[in-house]
Amino acid sequence: MKESRWRPWLLLSPSLTAIFFLLVVPVLFVVVYSFWLRAPTGAAIPAFQFGNYARFFEDLFYPTILFRTLRVSVICVLLCLVMGYIPAYFFYRSKSRYRQALILLIMVPFWISFIIRTMSWINILGANGFLNYTLMRFGIITEPLSLLYNEAAVLMGLIQYLLPFMILNIYVSLEAIDKNLLEAARSMGCNEWQAFREVTLPLSLPGVSAGCLLVFVLTAGTYLPPMILGGPGNEMIANLIFNRVIGTLDWPFGSAISVILLLLLGCIVWTYNRYLGINTLFKAFKS
Amino acid sequence: MKLPFSGWSLIRLYTILVYLFMFLPIVVVIVLSFNPQQFASFPMQGFSLKWYVQLAQNEAILRAFKNSLVLGTLTALIASAIAVPAAMAFVRYSFRGKNTLNTLLLAPIMIPEVVLGVALLLFIRWLQQPKSFALLLAGHVILTLPYVLLIVQARMVSIKRVYEEAALSLGASPLQTFKEVTLPLLMPAVLAGMLFSFTISFDDITATLFWATAEHQTVPVRIFGMLRHSISPEINALGTVMIVFTIMTPLLAGYCIRRFSKN
Repeated sequence: MKESRWRPWLLLSPSLTAIFFLLVVPVLFVVVYSFWLRAPTGAAIPAFQFGNYARFFEDLFYPTILFRTLRVSVICVLLCLVMGYIPAYFFYRSKSRYRQALILLIMVPFWISFIIRTMSWINILGANGFLNYTLMRFGIITEPLSLLYNEAAVLMGLIQYLLPFMILNIYVSLEAIDKNLLEAARSMGCNEWQAFREVTLPLSLPGVSAGCLLVFVLTAGTYLPPMILGGPGNEMIANLIFNRVIGTLDWPFGSAISVILLLLLGCIVWTYNRYLGINTLFKAFKS
Repeated sequence: MKLPFSGWSLIRLYTILVYLFMFLPIVVVIVLSFNPQQFASFPMQGFSLKWYVQLAQNEAILRAFKNSLVLGTLTALIASAIAVPAAMAFVRYSFRGKNTLNTLLLAPIMIPEVVLGVALLLFIRWLQQPKSFALLLAGHVILTLPYVLLIVQARMVSIKRVYEEAALSLGASPLQTFKEVTLPLLMPAVLAGMLFSFTISFDDITATLFWATAEHQTVPVRIFGMLRHSISPEINALGTVMIVFTIMTPLLAGYCIRRFSKN
């Protein structure tokens, strides 16, 4: 079969061409631009220097945003984990007739437009929103609380967006556990909690780590929730990039910040790949 | 195999609370869209459809809807047209650098949308091209390609090779085999991939904000613009339409696929 040697390349050529010209080359351009200068006229001058990177770390303003992005991402991962593991475990163990329907239901928000889901929190957290109204109605508070435009509001939007990813990843790896192992643990005298701790929890860790990585990466690159639910002073790194590129048209500096974000995520994905293998990440999508 | 009653009921209660967290904001959007007041706030002063009427007369929104539909459909068609052969190559052949290339094609999932947005915009600026519908389309194809590839590839793995071999041994050409045997077996996954791709394209905001032009605004970009002023019942009405639309699409598609496969 001589011709089968070039056939895979023929089959791959459209997608590789697309990824080359629409991803690889453009990202290389970002890297190159990040070393260039911005002329007072706004044009980028091809001159190799590290000024944009130096500028990022000189003033505390930019590292603060980077640090906030990291902090929000870590908090978001932890909250998604805490809020996601138990429902996933519920799906796994439940014998309810409605189990399938419930799993489908948790996927529904995934289909609903991200911007609608994000802005929906304004209706809940706003001064005349659902939460303030309910609390005042029951006389718990007399003045509306300002719940919007802070980091907690950003986290609400983020968790609602990312939780299905976490739940699904954990559920897929729980479902893959051989139920005989649990029987074995039980017959060896484990109680329910011990069996969970010794068998179920360790075996679900691949799903947990895949979910955590996905949530982290998606949070670190997030633009919308800080923009809509966070006030000034809650921007994250994606907002910074957007403002530099679209707002002040400072392409070289915006590119440098993009490279910093890419490097940060690259390190994390690389570490994950080294210890767990990147392919484990896509299991949940395949189900 | 049963947990002590209290433990299990705690788990159940916790799950209910998580569902409440996920769905309360969505329910409130729908409820407030019927509020006749000028502002989207509680308490509600009655029930009215006037915001839906206003929405139906909003030219900019209707145009954005049309743009989104065309863009989503074209994205789904192109993304699946290039993902199906790629999936075929990855599943049916072995060649050097297979894993690396597979990871490369899945990379858009891991690269933040802002970076992709900047990158593609920078590239066409360098080419001295203006922003256009073509850029928007190309960008959306790249954004959705990995998902279509994952779905189609997963299905391809489960299609037994013997069917293809049988066709080949009966004298069918590889192209005929693909058209008569592989593609029909693959069709549910292709349709699911297209649906996924359509939804992602229809929904995308961050990268689209970089790429969209004034005349090629999508629905989310339009909503984003409206949100700059304040949240109004009209946005909630639009949100409700979007919610119904995005929930109906997969349900309707699922129904069509089932009917389609029965015939």
